[in-house]
Amino acid sequence: MVKKISASLLLFVAAMMAYSTGWAAEPVVTDTGTTSWMLTSTALVLLMVPGLAMFYGGLVRTKNVIGTMMHSFGAMVVIGVLWPMVGYALSFGPGILGGIVGWDPKFFMLQGIDDSIMSSQIPEYVFAMFQGKFAIITPALIAGAFAERVNFKGYLVFIALWCVLVYSPICHWVWAADGFLFNLGAMGAIDFAGGTVVHISSGVTGLVAALFLGARRGYPRNVMSPNNMVMTLMGAGLLWVGWFGFNAGSAVASNLSTARALTVTQMAASAGAFTWLIIELVHHGKATSLGVASGILAGLVAITPAAGVVAPVGAFALGAIAAIICYLGLLLKGKLGYDDSLDAFGVHGIGGIVGAICLTFFIRPSWMADASAKIHAPWTVWQQLGVQATAVGITVVYAAIVSLIILFIVEKTIGLRVTENDEMSGLDHSMHGEQGYGLINPN
Amino acid sequence: MKLITAIIQPDRLDHVREALIQADITRITVSRVTGHGRQEDIEYYRGQKIAPNLLPKVRLDIAVNDQFVNVTVDTIVKAARHESGEIGDGKIFITPLEECVRIRTNERGGSAI
Repeated sequence: MVKKISASLLLFVAAMMAYSTGWAAEPVVTDTGTTSWMLTSTALVLLMVPGLAMFYGGLVRTKNVIGTMMHSFGAMVVIGVLWPMVGYALSFGPGILGGIVGWDPKFFMLQGIDDSIMSSQIPEYVFAMFQGKFAIITPALIAGAFAERVNFKGYLVFIALWCVLVYSPICHWVWAADGFLFNLGAMGAIDFAGGTVVHISSGVTGLVAALFLGARRGYPRNVMSPNNMVMTLMGAGLLWVGWFGFNAGSAVASNLSTARALTVTQMAASAGAFTWLIIELVHHGKATSLGVASGILAGLVAITPAAGVVAPVGAFALGAIAAIICYLGLLLKGKLGYDDSLDAFGVHGIGGIVGAICLTFFIRPSWMADASAKIHAPWTVWQQLGVQATAVGITVVYAAIVSLIILFIVEKTIGLRVTENDEMSGLDHSMHGEQGYGLINPN
Repeated sequence: MKLITAIIQPDRLDHVREALIQADITRITVSRVTGHGRQEDIEYYRGQKIAPNLLPKVRLDIAVNDQFVNVTVDTIVKAARHESGEIGDGKIFITPLEECVRIRTNERGGSAI
């Protein structure tokens, strides 16, 4: 999406040169249309966080509903503070330490962007806040992998460290104008709205965390049925709605590319849900609501990196492929026996990898032509596949290793896994001293 | 035959359930209920004079043959109590049970439990 910014920057410079005789150079002004859409998108992405809280909250046992929803809200609180303070500077500042991470003192506490209008004609505040919502939802996604068994205090420290040490560097590599994955190959690794940055990083971290912390007490022997599928479905619906901001907002524009992203997002979500529904009908004879919700998410996750480059046919294909592979992944999880409680890896990790890799085969020809024109040599699908695989591989390895170190440190100092007694009592009681469904109480 | 009704704190439900299964008492009915114990106790506990609120509790209903009454009660007491015992840990009521019918087979009496 920063590609758009640099493209429009070039255009602007060209325009300035053209008009330099007799015309005073006009400063970049806010485009009200683009800004309105980006403000809307920012709000839509934030809406996904309570959506995720409901989605995850409904899937756990009654005694953990508040504890699980608080993982999402905790991310909103902690990252909400951390992002404007240092996260934006670490992600979108100019590269330091050989490009491992960005940093610009003027972005600390967003001090230096008070008057800044970006070349995409939106105030930089809007872009910083829009990006902040991605930083919020990503650690919240991880929580699905270790639901029902982590200490709230340890969780808060974990996501804060993770945001600084894992999210910000990957975000910098993939999305900052000087990030090395952004400049890999002819036109960079394609990650339109967060396939690697958001979904693969969080999914892989979730898998590492689930393996590191061990299974929930009694898993898989005891049945752990969802406490409220109604809430889960409403959450899935909110995620779908919010995803239009997530993907279509990532164009940082309000034009044709926005419309394309929105269209393929809608189609991939439907295709994913449809495929999952058919698989279940054939495999079990009954289509479950959780299956539909999982299919929606699998489709949305897979289209996330691809929303800028694939045509509608590709969106159908990616949604369907993601649903099939995620479904197989969940079957495999049952066989392997690790406890990725709410399938953060099973849907976000696997779906993200499927999307980021498979999108290569559905890139619209005009994009490939642009890539070839840029390097003045033919740019093939296989070369782009190499770039995509590199980006995915680096994200997987980096997120896994650094997350493991963070998990180890937090577990040894503050404690991340709850005690057996607290786990049996439920997180609502042991971590928050509350209960989810007090409304049942007659007074 | 006896009907054992236990009112316990919600956060001890899993402890009690597992302990009962360990003790081979596997047939139970669980419901969420609300209630409170003695008003004086609540007042003392809170340190100020207030009317007791209705608090969420969990109710277990277990029908047992006479020889299982003691083991059931002991298991519940041990598993439901917080450490050395706290106000609100709950109560157990034991009542005579006149008849028990298994719907599937229409069996009566002790063997139906």
